[in-house]
Amino acid sequence: MAFDDRSPIYLQIADGIKNDVLSGALKEDEQVMSTNQYAAFYRINPATAAKGFAQLVDEGVLYKKRGIGMFVSPDAREKLRADRRERFFAEVVEPMLAEAARIGIGVDEIIRHLGGPR
Amino acid sequence: MTSATIEVRNLTVRYGSTVAVDDVSLDLPADKIYGLLGRNGSGKTSLLSALASFRRPSAGTIRFDGADAFENPAVMHATCFIRDSLDASDSDRVCRVLSVARWLRPTWDETYAEKLVDLFELPRKKSVGKLSRGQKSALGIVIGLASRAPLTILDESYLGLDAVARDVFYRELLADYLARPRTIILSTHLIEEVADLFERVIILHRGRLLLHEETEALRGRGVTVTGPAAAVGDFAAGHTVLGDQSLGGTRALTLDWRPAPGDVARGEAAGLTFGPVGIQDLFVHLTSQPSLEARR
Repeated sequence: MAFDDRSPIYLQIADGIKNDVLSGALKEDEQVMSTNQYAAFYRINPATAAKGFAQLVDEGVLYKKRGIGMFVSPDAREKLRADRRERFFAEVVEPMLAEAARIGIGVDEIIRHLGGPR
Repeated sequence: MTSATIEVRNLTVRYGSTVAVDDVSLDLPADKIYGLLGRNGSGKTSLLSALASFRRPSAGTIRFDGADAFENPAVMHATCFIRDSLDASDSDRVCRVLSVARWLRPTWDETYAEKLVDLFELPRKKSVGKLSRGQKSALGIVIGLASRAPLTILDESYLGLDAVARDVFYRELLADYLARPRTIILSTHLIEEVADLFERVIILHRGRLLLHEETEALRGRGVTVTGPAAAVGDFAAGHTVLGDQSLGGTRALTLDWRPAPGDVARGEAAGLTFGPVGIQDLFVHLTSQPSLEARR
């Protein structure tokens, strides 16, 4: 994960963990790295990493075991999938169709492309 | 010894008729890494000297957990201020400077100091006057980190360090802070390469406090709006302009404003594109000229 200047780093950390949960790299009830491990690995202030974790706890992706650490919520993967599926058409398909319209690629052409050998 | 909450109230530092620090008030909660930024002559070193009790305030107060700092032995013992001169004489050998620090600092860690001397490849037998600029900086960093002082102040401690040595510096600073949290204040001009280490950023401008914010709040505080000149002007109306560039009919405005997703959608529908403003860019814009209200 490389950080860009586009958004706060804590959001980028949170997004990275979400992607790991979605891909299955992080399993349900698996412990995630500590704030300090994150800070040392990515060379960032630990408060920044903690902020990313706090956001994920708020969203129900992680849960905290006092004195032990942060773990992936049992239903996190399902919830994230549902969220992303809801946003898929608005955030992925619509911009693609808009770009296609700008450069004169018709929907039929896109369908033909998608229907080709996969 | 634990770190103290530092309260700066209406601090003014004057040299004759020159006002170096002008009525600055700041709260510095303990155990955070602060980045102190400002252009040359903005008052950084004067503020740090006052924080370290090296200089008596001309007016105002500095309190550590409520106690007045100046000529307070407990505060002095808990503070390590590394400045350009290293407070050592040119004829002192490196090993001598280190043994003085060991003797002065109750929290000194000799093993760690030795490790840092090796990491920076410092010549122990050389005298301070014969060190290169970078070696002098490295010696300051060794003292600053190995002192493990509850308040550690490093004033432009990277001067003359090459990229590899600066990398060692940042890595050691963070690792040691993670293991032993304490209050660390770093002043720097190399904003881009250290900004991720700061929990908070303090910007001084012409002796005054321009800003004291969480680094994360600062990241994404500004936005660059690019597009057809008229549409950009309409969109930016009423917001503070930090920068303004034109190329043909295209105009790019840097604004001190974080637009809501709805604003961005509205702008994009009008053919505008949005870009980020990094902390260094924001610093340059905020301290380079008086900002203007958006003009049409």
